Amino acid sequence: MTRKPQRRVAVVGAGMSLFVRRALETGKELSYYAASQALETAGVKRKEIEAVVMVTAPDAFDGVHMKGDWLLDGAGGAGKPYMRTYVGGGSGVFGIISGWTLVASGLFDLVLVVGEEKMSSCQPHPQGAFLTIFDHTIERALGPNLLWIFSLEQHRYMATYGIRNEDIALVSVKNKRNALDHPAAQVAARLTVKDVLDSEVVAWPVHRLMVSPVSDGAAALVLASEPVARRLTDKPVWIQGVGWSLDTSYWGNRDLAYPRYVETAARMAYEMAGVTEPRKQIHIAEPYDPFAYKELHHLEGLLLADRGKAPEDLAQGRFERHGPLPVCPSGGLMGVGNPIAAAGVMKLCELFWQLRGEAGRRQVPGKPERGVAQAWGDLMQVGTVAVLGIH
Amino acid sequence: MSDRVAIVGVGVTPPRALSPDQSYREMTFAAAARAYADAGVSHRDIDSFVSVCEDIHEGTSITDEYTPDQLGAVLRPVQTVAGDGLQGVATAFMLIRTGIADLVAVESHCKSSNMLRHEEVLEMALDPVFERPLRANPHYVAGLEMQRFLHQSGTTVEAVAQVVVKNRRHALGNPVAGFGAALSPEQVLASRPVSEPLRELEVSPYADGAVVLVLASEAAAKRAPRPAWIRGVGWISGTPWLGSRSWGEAPYAAAAAEMAYKMAGVTDPANEVRFAEIDDTYAYKELQHLEAARLAPRGGAGRMTLAGETARGGSLPVNPSGGSLGMGYCFDTTALYRTAEAVRQIRGEAGRQQVRGATLGLVLSWRGVPTQTGGALLLAAA
Repeated sequence: MTRKPQRRVAVVGAGMSLFVRRALETGKELSYYAASQALETAGVKRKEIEAVVMVTAPDAFDGVHMKGDWLLDGAGGAGKPYMRTYVGGGSGVFGIISGWTLVASGLFDLVLVVGEEKMSSCQPHPQGAFLTIFDHTIERALGPNLLWIFSLEQHRYMATYGIRNEDIALVSVKNKRNALDHPAAQVAARLTVKDVLDSEVVAWPVHRLMVSPVSDGAAALVLASEPVARRLTDKPVWIQGVGWSLDTSYWGNRDLAYPRYVETAARMAYEMAGVTEPRKQIHIAEPYDPFAYKELHHLEGLLLADRGKAPEDLAQGRFERHGPLPVCPSGGLMGVGNPIAAAGVMKLCELFWQLRGEAGRRQVPGKPERGVAQAWGDLMQVGTVAVLGIH
Repeated sequence: MSDRVAIVGVGVTPPRALSPDQSYREMTFAAAARAYADAGVSHRDIDSFVSVCEDIHEGTSITDEYTPDQLGAVLRPVQTVAGDGLQGVATAFMLIRTGIADLVAVESHCKSSNMLRHEEVLEMALDPVFERPLRANPHYVAGLEMQRFLHQSGTTVEAVAQVVVKNRRHALGNPVAGFGAALSPEQVLASRPVSEPLRELEVSPYADGAVVLVLASEAAAKRAPRPAWIRGVGWISGTPWLGSRSWGEAPYAAAAAEMAYKMAGVTDPANEVRFAEIDDTYAYKELQHLEAARLAPRGGAGRMTLAGETARGGSLPVNPSGGSLGMGYCFDTTALYRTAEAVRQIRGEAGRQQVRGATLGLVLSWRGVPTQTGGALLLAAA
């Protein structure tokens, strides 16, 4: 994949619902709310939208089979070309890739991307929906769950590079503090490393405050072709590059210390965006942080830190909101919350607001020109990357 | 560069009611190997991969996890469309038109025999608050819709039975079809009622199988031996609510077909489309979809069928492959099976099923009860 896209695509509107543990609204209503806000900021009426993309993670959360079809009227897809694309937890950032495909193909000029997740419907805890994601013959008999396998991955990451849990706990401290400035945040807090490590161990070395919460929420984006974007706004945010990569299903055969699928996806997106030196050319990063260690892990996969060195950079303040490379200025999944697919779209909303200088108290200094958002999912297997910029 | 896209490779496993000897991954591998060989490419040449699958069908949540290995797609761009097969084809078509991919593979598989009762899974697709308490079995919903269609269009039950007779007879000439039969309309109408007026033989039987298609840009298609050009593609979703839909018609199919016609510049489909692979999950659906796609006048599809116009030798052959009634129903994979059959027709490789002058074909799909999601694809020889 070395060729350039034929057409340019811009983000012209973004919106999101509150992220909460248990929303009174249905998934359809959350989708409607986020979509309405995105349309309003874009100055676009629902009827002008030509096609809709829905991203939402497993059917089992909402307890509705073929839930893309069920959610469609809330998202504004009824009577339109409507499609649900899906790469597990990576679906959120994949939403913009899918919407980009629709517009960059030349078929559509105005496309709405909606990410929705309502995990609270899953009783007693949505972790139960993950029991059936494992290979039915090789793995399911072991009764694994996500906390287990991610604790394995964190342990491997720590063991390979000699990283201490204190270094990783700093991610929780930073992101939950950043989230204090986010009006939609669910678990913003002012904490110390000691608070994080004093929280109960969920699956060693993962402590409760190193895991993102269970959330309900929705987020949405409006995408436009170049001529339409220029008509709608003076401040379009361009989708400069997109990349995605899926690794083997047999995760037991992989070295979990390094997310090579994130690197493959990032290289694809950087090449499309003309980014040759990501550490100089990327001004904000919103890597996927459902677990504290994942932010660091993913920064290395995104080539924004040396392998095993992201914790050092973090400790030196490089990733603070006012540091040289602000990482998760939104507050990330650790602070804003983790309604899976909606959380990925939230990261893209944050880049949109930051690059337009509209992020309010969360605004990073120095007029950033380019940012990267990334999500991750399936069996520690998929990387989805989008590079957004103002040029 | 050009925006033209063609299907250059087709690989299928014969759809069968049972497949105890193969896992879905093995079936997918077989279909992929055949599709790549048919296109004259290797998996390394494919730039991007699209799988079409839905959670729970394989007894797996986040089922897209299990797509890359058997396609030769590890550490490559792979995405899943949780939708109809033609939405997967549309995604591949658009990916090529963006200019970032020359060759895209589309995959879908179905292992329905692993499910004890698919109908109970589909009951979970109804709105949990307003509709699910009714415990509406999908065949019951289809029966209601069939009743409304017959009433509104004036179609007779004999015409619906003739759809079954025709498609299962067509399937006798299709080497991959597993449900070919020589039936009489009386036998169809004498079969067990499922949900009045729907009869057992009017419901397509479940089957297992896998399909892989390879799509190519114009530049790549010129290197391929037998391209079938995509002239138009469309997909539309109507309201998910049972209560607020138009039961007698299929507005989603009409809109999807119009989208494809518009892209292809087809203004008079009844005279321009030379054959069609139309969704016939339930026999009456073929008639309803023919009218929605303007291939038959309102209320005229039944009469055309009884007059033999939609048989293989008629003026508009419909489902020369045998359709879902003759090949089996494979959920979202169904549309890819029918696309594969349409490609064989366009290439003139359909053997005993070959339609004469098969220069422009329409594939029309439906996601099944309770959805109002459909797709349309126009394929041409040039």
